[in-house]
Amino acid sequence: MAVSLHSFTRRLAAVALLGLSASAMADTTVSEPWVRASVPQQQATGAFMVLTAERDSALVGVASPVAKTVQIHQMTMNGDVMGMQQVKVLALPAGKPVTLDANGYHVMLMGLKQQVKEGEQVPLTLTIKTAEGETQTLKVQAPVRGLTAQSPEHAHDHGNMH
Amino acid sequence: MTDLLSRRAVVAGMGVLGLGLLAGCNPARGLEFKYGKNMSNEILGRSFRLKDPQGNVRTLSSFYGSMPMIFFGFTQCPAVCPTALARAAQIKKLMGRDAGFLQVVFITLDPERDTPEVLDTYVKAFDPSFTALTGTPEEIDQVAREFKVFYERVPAGDTYTISHSSTSYVYDSRGTLRLSLGHSLNAKECTEDLLTLMEIC
Repeated sequence: MAVSLHSFTRRLAAVALLGLSASAMADTTVSEPWVRASVPQQQATGAFMVLTAERDSALVGVASPVAKTVQIHQMTMNGDVMGMQQVKVLALPAGKPVTLDANGYHVMLMGLKQQVKEGEQVPLTLTIKTAEGETQTLKVQAPVRGLTAQSPEHAHDHGNMH
Repeated sequence: MTDLLSRRAVVAGMGVLGLGLLAGCNPARGLEFKYGKNMSNEILGRSFRLKDPQGNVRTLSSFYGSMPMIFFGFTQCPAVCPTALARAAQIKKLMGRDAGFLQVVFITLDPERDTPEVLDTYVKAFDPSFTALTGTPEEIDQVAREFKVFYERVPAGDTYTISHSSTSYVYDSRGTLRLSLGHSLNAKECTEDLLTLMEIC
């Protein structure tokens, strides 16, 4: 009896530890997530946010029920040419906020299943891998902003663009 | 007699004015843009022939009498195109009562995916006065070459995205190319240059 009680306590402790390690793993935070509204029949739009990882990590995947395909893209300006390319892994260095906005990295929601309307919430599931190889999933509800919306930093640079 | 003379003077005056209008503005005289590039000596986009979403054929002469600001993009573009269209909408607001003179023209580089319906709703979501132009992939290719606009499809998984030039081109009311506005300029800077162009041409 005493033995089984002992094992029970041990198991409890193990469960508590697991819970603790799970919350310790949730060390990447998402702030200011938003999705740009689309017009009817438009097939793609972008999602934007700021990611901050506590430990060296990488964003390795994004999923959303509103789109068939979700990819991470990088926009680069080369002279007047806007270059766009898919990025499989987005590095999130420890403690350094990584901004996903219209001027660099962003999430592309492609093959939209329906119009994304201003004021709605778009669920996003981010898959993050730490340098140690642990995988973490983050669920985010991103509010939809109007077509003309700018990322906060950008709006600040360019006056009241809203 | 005096009446006749003054009438003659008025007619002559009108003639000179008309000639001035016909000749357009003299680029050597005072066309100094603060932010954009003076394009008066460049010939770009002279002979494009595309369709608006309603199916009407549009050429540069369709925009005579207004100040067309033309740029290229595609509706699945998440970053540069909405930023350029939002900037154009903001420019119109900043131009105030002169806003009606500016005609924003968005030419798609993705005619296969951008149907006329999507294009129309897309540009009009930014401002109801904006117009979009499309054509066959061959026509678009030719127009892009005419504007020296670079674009290329970039594979992205089982689909593609497009890298492309992001400059806006502005013509005067007689269809002469005058000004190019880079993507990094903000709405206020663009507006200043557009008002300079309006004053002189």
